[in-house]
Amino acid sequence: MDKLYARIFADPEFQALQRRRGRFVWTLSGTIFLSFYLYVFIIAFRPEWLAVRLGPHTVINWGVMVGVGLILLGFILTGLYVIRANGFYDPAARAIVDRLSAED
Amino acid sequence: MRRLICVLVCSALSVNVLAAGGGAALAGSGPTELNLSAIAMFLVFVVATLGITYWAAGRTRSSSDYYAAGGRITGTQNGLAIAGDFMSAASFLGISGLVYTSGYDGLIYSVGGLVGWPLVLFLLSERLRNLGRYTFADAVSYRLSAGPIRTLAACGTLVVVLLYLIGQMVGAGTLIQVLFGLPYEVAVILVGVLMVLYVSFGGMIATTWVQIIKAALLLTGSTVLAIMVMLEFGFSFERLFSEAIAVHPKGASVMNPGGLVSDPVSALSLGVALVFGTAGLPHILMRFFTVPDAREARKSVFVATGLIGYFYLLTFVMGFGAIVLVSQEPRFLIEGGLRGGNNMAAIHLAQAAAGDLFLGFISAVAFATILAVVSGLTLSGASAISHDLFSNVLRRGQASEDEVVRVSKISSGLLGVLAVGLGMAFEGQNVAYMVLLAFAVAASVNFPILLLSMYWRGLTTRGAVAGGSAGLLTAVGCMILGPTIWVEILGFDEPVFPYRYPALFSMTVSFVCIMVVSRLDRSPRARREAAAFEGQYVRSITGMGASGAVDH
Repeated sequence: MDKLYARIFADPEFQALQRRRGRFVWTLSGTIFLSFYLYVFIIAFRPEWLAVRLGPHTVINWGVMVGVGLILLGFILTGLYVIRANGFYDPAARAIVDRLSAED
Repeated sequence: MRRLICVLVCSALSVNVLAAGGGAALAGSGPTELNLSAIAMFLVFVVATLGITYWAAGRTRSSSDYYAAGGRITGTQNGLAIAGDFMSAASFLGISGLVYTSGYDGLIYSVGGLVGWPLVLFLLSERLRNLGRYTFADAVSYRLSAGPIRTLAACGTLVVVLLYLIGQMVGAGTLIQVLFGLPYEVAVILVGVLMVLYVSFGGMIATTWVQIIKAALLLTGSTVLAIMVMLEFGFSFERLFSEAIAVHPKGASVMNPGGLVSDPVSALSLGVALVFGTAGLPHILMRFFTVPDAREARKSVFVATGLIGYFYLLTFVMGFGAIVLVSQEPRFLIEGGLRGGNNMAAIHLAQAAAGDLFLGFISAVAFATILAVVSGLTLSGASAISHDLFSNVLRRGQASEDEVVRVSKISSGLLGVLAVGLGMAFEGQNVAYMVLLAFAVAASVNFPILLLSMYWRGLTTRGAVAGGSAGLLTAVGCMILGPTIWVEILGFDEPVFPYRYPALFSMTVSFVCIMVVSRLDRSPRARREAAAFEGQYVRSITGMGASGAVDH
């Protein structure tokens, strides 16, 4: 098993796949992380921005939209990741493993 | 502001808000008359879950069944169970109560509570599933030395679990006193006995199904309640918010964020505790081992995130509904606030919007919620004692399956006795700081060693033990020397450590120590550990050789 692990690790196709996956993962993580902290800092320093109402005839303001939006963003990003990882990364990794195991 | 912030942390999982924010008010109001319809519905829940425990006990043959439900839970089921772990009585009553008193600010906590989940999915869940079997310590000790690492991880787990259990027990006793009219001691003992029964006889199978049923009940109850509220306003949010503005003492500013955090250090530290604490909670991490593979593990986080987000939106509607429908009704009020404390907003709302029978249902659901959460905590603590400490450290992996499961059952009994004892000892006290501390410890011990073991080749046993211990001591030390304990409980004039939330500092100490000590570690063991990284990495990605997966 150890030898196979080492060959998979060194495989160029596997490494390319992992670089792609890494870029995707860190982009998603950064997006949700930075959005949340931006939100917290706006609340700390510029809360009046969120108090602005959407229009003259409504009491709903940007704060409600942004808060609900962040919850939706979290949900959408997890969905994107699951589709991508279950639909592409897993099968791609599996194919590499199968190819290298067959060469044994 | 303090209360608001503490709720942000509490909201994530525990009923501590009840003990903290509303605890004093709840305790002051004394026992109410026996609520028979609520007790009847709760009894139905207890009988059903004991039935499930009996069924689960019959299906629990191996230690894999006991600790990980044999890996046969589907992603959707596990998503419900994870959501159940997260949707505590604190989220349900605490956040809706917070929206009731402060309006928009309640939503901030909901957002904070949700953000940790995508990160758990992107960074931890699938690798954890591929590397471990029963506890997160399995993944960390994959290439590190089992003895020291599992001891450290078990300490991190037990500290978090015990701090949490105290909060849950105190909250449970107080809540049940108000909802059911039962004495505090009876409530605490009842919770203790039931959780030990579920965990020791039914193991993970029973614990998971109790959590799933409770999650379904809580989501159903909240949905019905929110619909009943919207019915009153012709399903117009505009009308709901306008009428709330008209009657709330804060007026139009009830829709705006109000004075949450003014200094950036507190904001950041709180965010760290909440987001990374979530990612280090042992009873949540444990759930990823109950699914067959990484694919299902991912799906479960997706389902959980959706349900938790949906639930948070419901609490927002409930809170605003209560502003209009409850705050104007004299029967729900005593001088200065709600009868039973402001955390009772959702409970009173149930009566106002849907009548006595539904009130009974919602009360029973709140009790069930506490019970399910403490069961998960107890199982996690018992796994750390039996699987990590007893089997892998003390017996070096030589103990038989039966022996380990037996130790686990005894441990869950001991944890139950301990939890009941501590619950009684802390009756009527403000225990909110314990949850803050639990999150800080999870973010400073469990999370750093787990993350670095998966992502950093250079991590060594020595580094992990040094950094994890340093993080643990810093979190506990800063908490004791900080404003909450040093000034408010011990009565000193000035805090030695100025900030209320230690997580930013203790997590940084932990990461820095781990990295520095690992870098300085030139032992042969450190070289072996670095060499084993590639194999671990390939397995964490592909799931080859993972338990429950098909071996090639």
